[in-house]
Amino acid sequence: MKRREFGGWSALAVGGWAVGLPIGVRAADEAPDALIRRISDEVLAAIRADKGVRTGDLGKVMAVVDSRIMPNVNFQRMTSAAVGPAWRQATPEQQKRLQDEFKLLLVRTYAGALSQIEDETVQMKPLRAAPTDTEVVVRSEIRGRGDPIQLEYRLEKTPGQGAGWKIYNLNVLGVWLMETYRSQFAQEINAKGIDGLIASLAERNKANSARKG
Amino acid sequence: MNLDKIRPARAALLAALAALWLSGCATVSTGNPRDPWEPLNRSVSQFNDGVDAMLLKPVATVYRDQVPPLVRTGVSNFFGNLSDVWSFVNSALQFKLQNATDNLARVQINSVFGVLGLFDVASAFNIDRHSEDFGQTLGHWGVPPGPYLVLPFFGPSTLRDAAGMPVDRRLDLAQRIGNPDVRHATYALRAVDRRANLLRVGIVLEEAALDKYSFTRDAYLQRRRAQVYEGDDDPRASESEVNPAPR
Repeated sequence: MKRREFGGWSALAVGGWAVGLPIGVRAADEAPDALIRRISDEVLAAIRADKGVRTGDLGKVMAVVDSRIMPNVNFQRMTSAAVGPAWRQATPEQQKRLQDEFKLLLVRTYAGALSQIEDETVQMKPLRAAPTDTEVVVRSEIRGRGDPIQLEYRLEKTPGQGAGWKIYNLNVLGVWLMETYRSQFAQEINAKGIDGLIASLAERNKANSARKG
Repeated sequence: MNLDKIRPARAALLAALAALWLSGCATVSTGNPRDPWEPLNRSVSQFNDGVDAMLLKPVATVYRDQVPPLVRTGVSNFFGNLSDVWSFVNSALQFKLQNATDNLARVQINSVFGVLGLFDVASAFNIDRHSEDFGQTLGHWGVPPGPYLVLPFFGPSTLRDAAGMPVDRRLDLAQRIGNPDVRHATYALRAVDRRANLLRVGIVLEEAALDKYSFTRDAYLQRRRAQVYEGDDDPRASESEVNPAPR
């Protein structure tokens, strides 16, 4: 345990800024709050560096999401939580399509939110977790103009040495994202089945992209 | 705008909505236990969206595009300062002493050094706002939220929050303005200011939701719960945990 903690600190001090390293190596012994801090800073830096990201250019936002965020997210767990019990009845093909469409929907929403970022900074709140915990909540706050925005993340420790922590739920101002999607998704599934939900998601994504042009 | 003419029309509208409500109560709910009046709530939401699209949103958009940002920030700060007074009272009613102290300090600093609240000096000193209203005070002392309720004009609420609202409005400082024209103008400006601040949220909501109604409802109910429990001492924080993914 001691050695691992020490490793975590040195990884934070040395590896935190070594951008060239592959994610798997760097994330090996990173503490969950250090992970969130790093991702937040990286994403904010990416937004500031590229006007295309800020104005919601979907290709560029998707690139940031894929390179910075997705490696640290258990997106299958996210999607299955939003879909609910019906997830188990879905075929692997349906599960894949659900994840793809849901991801596109979230990234689009996220792209819209990015346009509002200006001189915001991220502040971490103290982590309350035992070293043996495999599920933690990391709390942070975005500060800028206006009232601070509370952001919380639920993370799970991936089984096995060095696999790191992965985000599986997100809370904005007290609202858990996956739970907010769950009853909408359940409505669709009850009315039209899993394929109906996939179709509705695809349709929503298409309408959104038409709106943006 | 002649408000005396509007008032009877509004009363008729409210009567019509009340009738709609009663008929709505008779219909069987579609399932969500927190939203037994869903059919009625959906029609009120639709009505509100109509009012918003016709009146509030266009006015707020013009306001945002034509009024300089500095003035708009001043307007937001001014109303924020008024609401901080009420937040102070409610945090005191909940015995949240630190929050009450912060809110009171905010009001004092912003009223004096911030020129009647036009500048938010307190935030620059990192004295945070802790928004509290009477519904939250009721919740803090154990009053359950009750069913979800969409109010005409005011939007998402719950039975508890709707019951607390007359108290909020009664003790609203804007209510004290003697001259009725000034008072109504103040209300109107506050509504436009609030709506203008939500313009971007509206766009995100349109794009993110499959069903805007239930998305708004679920987000609102969670947000209110978080406001009442302030995250830390929520007895149900872990209960709402999502089911683990099948591997």
